[in-house]
Amino acid sequence: MTATTQDTAAEKVPTGGLIVEDLGVMLTGRDVDVIDDIDLVLRPGEVVGLVGESGSGKTTVGTSLLGYARAGALISSGKVLIEGRDVLKMPWREVRGVRGEEIAYVPQDPASALNPSIRIGKQIVELLALRGIGTHESRMQGARDGLAEVGLPSDDEFLSRYAHQLSGGQVQRVALAMAFLPKPKVLVLDEPTTGLDVTTQAMVLETMAELCRTHGVSALYVTHDLAVVANIADRVAVMYAGQIVELGPKEAMFKHPSHPYTRALLDSIPHLSQARALTGIPGRTPAPGARPGGCRFHDRCSFAVTACAESVPELRPIAIDHDVRCIRADELGAWDISRGTVPDADPDKPREIILSVQGLNVFYGRKQVVYDVSFDLAKAEVVALVGESGSGKTTISRSVGGLHKDWTGTIAFEGDALAKSARQRSAANRKRLQYIFQNPYLSLNPRLTIEQIVKRPMELFGIASGKEATDRVVDLLDQVALGPRMLKYQASRLSGGERQRVAIARALAAEPDVLICDEITSALDVSVQGSIVALLEGLRQERGISMLFVTHNLALVRSIAARVEILQAGRVVEAGSVVTVMETPREEYTRTLLSKSPRID
Amino acid sequence: MSTDTGPGSAPPPPAIAPAEPSTLRKAMRQKRFTVGLAITLLLVAFVIVAPYLAPFGENEVAGPPFSKDGFLGTDYLGQDVLSRVMYGGKSILVIAVFGTLLGMALGIAIGVVAAYGGGWWDEIIMRANDVVLSFPQILLALVVLTAIEQPTAWILILLVGVSHAPRVARLARGVALGIVSRDFVIAAEALGEKRTRVILAEVLPNMNAPLLAEGGLRLTYSIGLIGALGFLGFSADPGAANWGQMIQENRLALSTQPWAVLAPVLVIAIFCIGTNLMADGIAQVAQRGDN
Amino acid sequence: MTDVATLLPDPPEEVAPPRRQHGAAAWAVWLARRLGLAVLTLWLVSVLVFLATAALGDPVRAILGRDYNSNPGRVAQLEELLNADQSIVSRYFDWLGGLLTGDLGVSLANQRPVSELISANVVNTLVLVLLSAVLMIPLAFAIAMISAHYRRKRPDTVIQTILLAMAGLPEFVIGVLLIALLATTVFKVFPAVTISSPTGHPWDNPDAMVLPTLTLVLAVAPYVSRIVRASLLEVIDSDYVELARLKGIPEKVVMRKHALLNAIVPGIQVIALQLAWLAGGVVVVETLFSYPGVGLQLVDSVRNHDVPMVQALSMIIAGVYVVVNVVADVLSILLTPRARTAISS
Repeated sequence: MTATTQDTAAEKVPTGGLIVEDLGVMLTGRDVDVIDDIDLVLRPGEVVGLVGESGSGKTTVGTSLLGYARAGALISSGKVLIEGRDVLKMPWREVRGVRGEEIAYVPQDPASALNPSIRIGKQIVELLALRGIGTHESRMQGARDGLAEVGLPSDDEFLSRYAHQLSGGQVQRVALAMAFLPKPKVLVLDEPTTGLDVTTQAMVLETMAELCRTHGVSALYVTHDLAVVANIADRVAVMYAGQIVELGPKEAMFKHPSHPYTRALLDSIPHLSQARALTGIPGRTPAPGARPGGCRFHDRCSFAVTACAESVPELRPIAIDHDVRCIRADELGAWDISRGTVPDADPDKPREIILSVQGLNVFYGRKQVVYDVSFDLAKAEVVALVGESGSGKTTISRSVGGLHKDWTGTIAFEGDALAKSARQRSAANRKRLQYIFQNPYLSLNPRLTIEQIVKRPMELFGIASGKEATDRVVDLLDQVALGPRMLKYQASRLSGGERQRVAIARALAAEPDVLICDEITSALDVSVQGSIVALLEGLRQERGISMLFVTHNLALVRSIAARVEILQAGRVVEAGSVVTVMETPREEYTRTLLSKSPRID
Repeated sequence: MSTDTGPGSAPPPPAIAPAEPSTLRKAMRQKRFTVGLAITLLLVAFVIVAPYLAPFGENEVAGPPFSKDGFLGTDYLGQDVLSRVMYGGKSILVIAVFGTLLGMALGIAIGVVAAYGGGWWDEIIMRANDVVLSFPQILLALVVLTAIEQPTAWILILLVGVSHAPRVARLARGVALGIVSRDFVIAAEALGEKRTRVILAEVLPNMNAPLLAEGGLRLTYSIGLIGALGFLGFSADPGAANWGQMIQENRLALSTQPWAVLAPVLVIAIFCIGTNLMADGIAQVAQRGDN
Repeated sequence: MTDVATLLPDPPEEVAPPRRQHGAAAWAVWLARRLGLAVLTLWLVSVLVFLATAALGDPVRAILGRDYNSNPGRVAQLEELLNADQSIVSRYFDWLGGLLTGDLGVSLANQRPVSELISANVVNTLVLVLLSAVLMIPLAFAIAMISAHYRRKRPDTVIQTILLAMAGLPEFVIGVLLIALLATTVFKVFPAVTISSPTGHPWDNPDAMVLPTLTLVLAVAPYVSRIVRASLLEVIDSDYVELARLKGIPEKVVMRKHALLNAIVPGIQVIALQLAWLAGGVVVVETLFSYPGVGLQLVDSVRNHDVPMVQALSMIIAGVYVVVNVVADVLSILLTPRARTAISS
């Protein structure tokens, strides 16, 4: 949307709402833009989803609306107009007055949002108490009403709790209640449901949407999850490398995405209703200061031409209310949300069992967390373990991998019963069952080089050593789409996606038959997840490797797995082939999970 | 749809982050570290070289007691203060350095084993640690020296080392605990690596910076401890020049011939400032490296 | 430069409300356990002290030095006093029994009961240490807060550099420099030595208390101040403080209510450590100023190889350390709601 004059803006936005014009934030001390050329309009009662992966600058946009920049950054240009007044030009005392009362903020990480030493009752009314609004009774009553509105108990006992005595979902709802209490006009939410269970997330989102509608509040919902945005937003803005690349109403964005990045993003998102061949985007997101000249996406774009590298494209309208920042937007061709669909895994395919788990009970000290779980895994097959947090899926995978030894039952590998801990197992068994961890920043020794890391399993299991091993490492790196020049790099120099590929290469170095993947893409951007999934699928088909894939994302399961075990509170609730379970779920819990998962299809 | 490069001249992929320099190189960028290192090295050089340049002998009488003869005057026996200062650092330096090394080695071993072993190992080791920790360092030294007629240098080295060990162990355990639970250590265990190898190859190399910082700090305290013991009259060779002892010897004349006391005091002070600056420089690197 | 979306923390399970009725009992259990640990530590300390003084060398030989061979009568006398004929284990239990009943033995140097000799000095040292602590804590906190307020600007860097330089200095260095500065050489304001009569207290002459106290304060305050500043900065940079600002809370309230509260706990632990350190620091400081306290007495006793005195004094000093640690533990738990509720449920 091109910049409008203040008069026409005042016409379009009677009360409430927010207009952002040409907002820019740069790093102090360096002449580097974090975000630039940001134009947005938030109408009253409307939810705008601001979508971007890491490095896009979306969080910076969010906090800038309150006139706030993190240490090391400053707001260098633009206006943030609320009812005609520019927040960025106000004296800071007035800005503080605006914050909380007119523009409110709901932060991302529930655990760190609340002060651990102050009871939540006090924290909720803190702002009003400070501003001297109302009496103590009226404030507390408002707090109670607010808590009731978000579905939390409003009795004294609850109000006197500390933050650590609440669950993540409860904390986030308290933060919502806290933000709504002063009845603000604009709400900025920074990925407030990341890390929450699907059911809790659904509830928080519904609550938020309801509150916005009832009170006529406009909201900016910052997130990396397009699926969430598809459910609650009225309009969507997509950000890449500090700029808005596409902006428009929700239907238009999902039916006619017109920017190559948006399309690539949509291509990498799995669907609940059909299996897809997921893909990623080659390359990595540039950091501020390292962004390419011209169109910032052109070095990763499959539609790029020479002209793209010359100058930064303008954000121009391609249809009513729908703007795109791409010179080739009209030439991209039609879009179909179902492209890339592949058939589901065949449920009747003959299965040659390679790993079988029977009657698994797992304990943490005296507490039992997994109850009588049994399933098996066939050659060249992917079995998904799905559940919310506390379901025991990671515990099961760690027990199978021998990382946790407090379990009873039988885990048999090709008929051979496995010992409880990896140390006790034979080298042959250890070699054939490899584990890949969730967090790529913690699973590689930051002091070792990539070569050392990937070589080690080969040396340990006597597969190769010395020069021959190094050659194999180069080969493996090639297979995970990493170049040989990474050999001498320390792990700390790589990005999350690259590190995860190294972790996969390390697992492959042992020439395993089974890979245990413990939420390996949960910590990665969605486009990176797509490329990792594509890689794994290739490995499965070429080498016949089986995988035990742990995840909380049901849509991902559809695209990657043949069979699925649905877990709740340490028990298997439903199991079977992916097609059967997801098309015709028998259990209530499965149905709830399916209905509450945000979807774009 | 995933092609590696688009049509037309696409630029090469963005560069990977530059290589991370070693801890010492990072430390060199800290002003504190370089200044501290410079001071320390200068003093070490002084201690080693100065005896060859001293105008008078260690116990040579250069004039009447507490007189103004000589560059810094004479001390309680008439010995030249400047020369005594030049001779007086050797034993302190040697005992401090070796004591620190011993303390670090013991402490790291104890702390890392406790952290890695976990469970009962951890409990027992740390309880025993706490017992020795209950003694302020100088108290431990004094208690042991009660029954010993004349301490040798080795006994002093042992005392310094043993009194440092529990403090270093506490720190080492704390740092190691943070590392031992990280996935890459668990990955090494899952591969079946031998325990000693896990400690040496996976855990210890990631503890570089905080351990070096602690080492610098311990060196500072060692100098202080030896100096204090010398001041209290406990040294390996009572006849030799010893900075700490010189302070005690010449105390009474502080108002008339202050340099007999101030010279050794200032030298010790500068030494401690130097090592402390160095240690803090490394500590700053250690903190930043936790990203 | 990352492409990592937010890392998913493990959301905690739904938490049941705290159960108040078991609170007091749970506290009592925890306290009992903690005290039991302290007692165990003290016992092991006593073993260590005894072994170090009685088993490492021959104290009789140490006392008599060269006279050992020429004066068998004296040797016999001393051995009698030390019960040298009994086994070390029974000697230990004799001593331990005495300790617990208040009989601290008899000094080898002047044949008088240890408890008589040390009682006055214990009080003197306590006064010195408490005085230093009372002055040190607010000073260190004030400097830390000023420094944190001006963070990264000139005043902060200057203050931190000075503190850093002082933090490494041994206490006798600080003491001597203070004496030179204020008592003998530069200004002649305070006395360099504490002269007190056997019947009076050192604080009868307040001038004499200034330098020893100042030395202790300057020896400990820099380190405490640096730690408090570091934890203040950590809290100031934390997410919940940032959120408080985004809520629109004024800066002063943010600092006072949100930041300070959470920064105090690590401060307490450092203070406890430093107080315990003071117990050792007094040894040198008292010797330097001839202050009649346990530190000076300890040094004299060690020089005289007076084993019973050394044993008693070191038990006292070590005991102080253990007690201070227990108090610090209790305080830091009381002030951390998370730990507090963890115990009572």
